[in-house]
Amino acid sequence: MCGIAGLIHRGKRSDVGSEMTAMLQALKHRGPDSTGFAVYGEPVKGDYVLRLKAAEQEDMDKGRGIDKVVDERIAEVERRMEERGAVIKVRDRVRPHAVRYVLSHDGDTEELAKYIEEVDGTEILSFGNGLELIKDLGDATRVAEEYRLQGFKGTHGIGHTRMATESDVDIRSAHPYWAFPYNDVSVVHNGQITNYWNMRREMERRGHRFMSDCDSELLAVYTAHNLANGMTLEESLRRSIDEIDGVFTYLVATKDQLGMAKDTMAAKPLVLYESDDLIAMASEEVAIRAILPHEIDTVDPYDEEVRVWQA
Amino acid sequence: MAGMSAESRGDGQEQRARDMGMTTEALTGRTQQVFFEPSEEERFTYPWAHDVDYNKRTEIDADGLTTTEVNKRLRDLMAEGYGTVVIQNPRGKHGLGVGILNRLNLIFEGSLGYFGVGLIDGPNVRITGRVGWSCAENMMAGTVVIEKNAGSTFGAAIRGGDLVCRGSVGSRTGIDMKGGTIIVGGDTGALSGFMMQRGRMVVCGNAGKNLGDSMYDGTIYVGGEIRSLGVDAVEAELTDLDKAWLTRKLRQYGLLPDKGVDHFTKIVAGKQLWNYDNLEPNEKKLIL
Repeated sequence: MCGIAGLIHRGKRSDVGSEMTAMLQALKHRGPDSTGFAVYGEPVKGDYVLRLKAAEQEDMDKGRGIDKVVDERIAEVERRMEERGAVIKVRDRVRPHAVRYVLSHDGDTEELAKYIEEVDGTEILSFGNGLELIKDLGDATRVAEEYRLQGFKGTHGIGHTRMATESDVDIRSAHPYWAFPYNDVSVVHNGQITNYWNMRREMERRGHRFMSDCDSELLAVYTAHNLANGMTLEESLRRSIDEIDGVFTYLVATKDQLGMAKDTMAAKPLVLYESDDLIAMASEEVAIRAILPHEIDTVDPYDEEVRVWQA
Repeated sequence: MAGMSAESRGDGQEQRARDMGMTTEALTGRTQQVFFEPSEEERFTYPWAHDVDYNKRTEIDADGLTTTEVNKRLRDLMAEGYGTVVIQNPRGKHGLGVGILNRLNLIFEGSLGYFGVGLIDGPNVRITGRVGWSCAENMMAGTVVIEKNAGSTFGAAIRGGDLVCRGSVGSRTGIDMKGGTIIVGGDTGALSGFMMQRGRMVVCGNAGKNLGDSMYDGTIYVGGEIRSLGVDAVEAELTDLDKAWLTRKLRQYGLLPDKGVDHFTKIVAGKQLWNYDNLEPNEKKLIL
């Protein structure tokens, strides 16, 4: 089933951390397995925010010297960053298996990302100037507390509560997906993609990497591929309706945009609220009501509908 | 084979079929049995239905209550004889006001989530906000009027009553509907009237693609543009009877367009998919 939610403030910053937490907590019944947030704060000029995980939560529970292994992995990641000339400005070990860095780096970020991911067991969750991507097992309140998301000031964000249907319950299959290696782009998805393997092979042939067997990761890779080839976000969303089969509603966020696309059958729900200063959308209206107590007008986007909003 | 004569046992298939009476039995062609006499006395009310008084009015504040608590409270109030109930602050909760089997004035001040007022038989419901997916699913009788928009599968499988949305609705409106009337003031999405079997659907605005796909029967009236018709949905002539009915029905809910109803397009089943009665008697023998 899965629940997705997104919001974008126009021309102002707000506590998107708490707002997204409230929305996703209201959607908990659509997916209790894992929760993820992609929130966009003030872009750090010239610096990058990099979030990575060095192990699965499941591995951490096993004990048996995993802490030492994780420490070694993180040390290796940092060695590789320094080797490539990146300067670590802030290092925050948010969870035993997850780290947040602020880096200054002049070189090629894609090359750096690929080099870091060669370290066994590590996966970069996000890389960009404004994007902070958090995902872990548990409901929205728990994940937000563990990663201290409350009070995060930003312009927009997307989020996801997952009920695992296509692949395992682990962080690697949790949403949102960062559109590797495209800075600041993230994707959440509700649905099933039926030509996943064909599309995945096509993307792999073009040199893209897949970290999980989750069909939603394809949308992130696909979007990154299109953006890298010079398409706008709207063009990419439109093309996906023709090229990707199955039932889906998905949201894509970039550093200053939020977009949505709905498949040709309109089989997956989305409720949309638009006003002059805030646009909010979610799988169910309860999520929008969680942040807007007053009476509002909402609509269901139709089949093949594509929308893009500017922050 | 015990009853068969000794001579026929070794014969060909044709002889055996004749012996079994397959070529001689008269087929009347009647496919529908009559299970009850319409003239018979029937008890149409449920023995557990509440007898309520419309003049007894009360409110429920849904804030802080779960769906089950709100529905339980509503049931208790009906048992006490309250005939007009206002539910405040529904805030998009799912499954509110379901399974009401008696007459009742029910007013929601706000919006409902999924499966609102489903499985109802009799109440008059007014919703001042919007509704989520599958509103009034399987409604048997009564009226439901929604002031704002509605989600997908609006009025799925309804059998009777009037279901009215003044705004626009999502996709698959009236899927599998078996009776009653669905009225939409605005637009409807793709695959509306999918596998519709009976009843009427009126859309004052535009309709999405594949309208009336695989419909068996029933009628769809569309005031605006139709993006495309589904399989076996065909346009039919809008008769004076249709116009009179549309005018009367739309006026009842204040949705009659200023320019009248002459511009409406009427869509019915082409009945090209009706294969089940077109078989030859021998073919029927083989498959039944």
